[in-house]
Amino acid sequence: MSVNLSTPATTAAAVNPQYAISASIDKIFYGDFLAVRDAVIGVEKGKITGFIGPSGCGKSTVLRSLNRMNDLIPIFRLEGRVDFMGQDIYAKDIDPVSVRRHIGMVFQQPNPFSMSIFENVAFGLRLNRFKGNMHEQVERSLRRAGLWNEVKDKLKQNGLALSGGQQQRLCIARAIAIEPTVLLMDEPCSALDPIATRIVEELMLELKNDYSVAIVTHNMQQAQRVADITAFFSVDVSKGGRTGYLVEKGPTAEVFGNPREQLTREYVSGQFS
Amino acid sequence: MSITADDISRAAIGARTAPSMRRSFTESRNLRSFLLTAFVWILAIIAAIPLFSVLYMLISQGGARLSLDLFTELPPAGFMQGGGFGNAIIGTLVMVGIGALIAIPVGVMGGVYLGAIAPDSKLSAGIRFVAKVLTGFPSILVGIFIFGLLVQAMGTFSALAGGVALAMGMLSTVMLTSEQAIRMVPQRMKDAATGIGCTSTQTVWKVVLPTALPGILTGVMLGIASAAGESAPLLFTALFSSFWLESLVEPTASLSILIYNFSGMPFPNQIQLAWSASLVLVLIVLVFNILSRLFGSRKV
Repeated sequence: MSVNLSTPATTAAAVNPQYAISASIDKIFYGDFLAVRDAVIGVEKGKITGFIGPSGCGKSTVLRSLNRMNDLIPIFRLEGRVDFMGQDIYAKDIDPVSVRRHIGMVFQQPNPFSMSIFENVAFGLRLNRFKGNMHEQVERSLRRAGLWNEVKDKLKQNGLALSGGQQQRLCIARAIAIEPTVLLMDEPCSALDPIATRIVEELMLELKNDYSVAIVTHNMQQAQRVADITAFFSVDVSKGGRTGYLVEKGPTAEVFGNPREQLTREYVSGQFS
Repeated sequence: MSITADDISRAAIGARTAPSMRRSFTESRNLRSFLLTAFVWILAIIAAIPLFSVLYMLISQGGARLSLDLFTELPPAGFMQGGGFGNAIIGTLVMVGIGALIAIPVGVMGGVYLGAIAPDSKLSAGIRFVAKVLTGFPSILVGIFIFGLLVQAMGTFSALAGGVALAMGMLSTVMLTSEQAIRMVPQRMKDAATGIGCTSTQTVWKVVLPTALPGILTGVMLGIASAAGESAPLLFTALFSSFWLESLVEPTASLSILIYNFSGMPFPNQIQLAWSASLVLVLIVLVFNILSRLFGSRKV
């Protein structure tokens, strides 16, 4: 195992009980292509962890391997461990479907189902044979996603008829309705306008009271606004490949204000091309 | 108009005068554009002429005889007056129904396999190829095949054999359009389903199929519409009958075969009935075509 030991803060992730997810990923392959190496990273309980870095640095790939979304890609292969509450989610006896029910995901493109607003939120509940008061839980989820007041009079309307920002909050409501432990967000604002972005960011800050959140973002201001901890990834193009790896990770203020690595300093100050 | 050296030489912005930008047919590009547009427009009209002249002919020839009797009475024998083709309408609907009952489940599930389960497998490539061949397969051969398979084995022409023959024609249409509709479901919807904890089966049943439903229904309706108008597959399978349908295992009347039979008879009454039957058949096909448009235009 070739963990990047120059970042001692990250190695603690593997043992510390304050983490909902702690991953030590040696390698991620797509077929023969080495996409990511040496990413030791955690999602701290009750905090927001931001993944930043240039395009192709593997930050989304790492995020999507935290709830086994990458299993959909047949040539995907991961070497290492991803521990969720003390269980390796890549162990042979783990059902990836139940992993995803505990580790929810919000995607880059808002992707409501082509069904009513109510049914979009109720979907996951029905999937889990939810026994409680469906209407109450749908309302609670929509309230927590900050969408209730806008949609309470049109719950039967198709979710795709909402605006982009509303659709994204509907997707967040859908994800939190089934009470996941961790919420993974893959560039959740990159398809939204600045106002909708701000609303979703405020929402994230509220959500971290109940969930552990990890967010991939291209937007460094966004990372500074919402993330408690920031992980910076970069691309290694030596040896003719394009392999993403974790450069450093720490409290957001430190990563942006006083980074340990020169590469990080260049990136956060905008000198990275 | 051309750009002269003089134009270029006075490129200084202050020296420029307002250029003429008025539309003028003396310019050859405008004239050419107009002529081409007119040419395409005329060809489009010509393409529509056959359809509308057939419709006009059917309405003018078959419309006169339209009455309730056509739907409630049996076909008349030679020299007899009056009569209708109620049994043929029922026969057509029953056989199309049998065909749909076979072709829709098999076709839609086949489409699910091709579009969602194993789009890239060798088996899928093979099935897709065979389905495309079947789409252009001569329907008379389908009739003969079912004749050998069912009619000879059962010892009688039947609505059942007719329905199976129609199913073979519908199957490839339903399957290929279902596959298309299923492939059109955006990946992000499947991601959403997976992300919230759907198994791959649940993703297909709860998200992909409902989202693709309008497209699938379009294919189903088109399949039904073309099956309703078929005659060749029925010629060797259902044959014809001048009596009401009483069982699925006896020769059965259909509109298309009635048209074929009556139009060749020397009796004016029968020829009249053939015209009216043609009109009714076209109306049935039209209804299913319109339904397919309605389903297809529904927003995903």
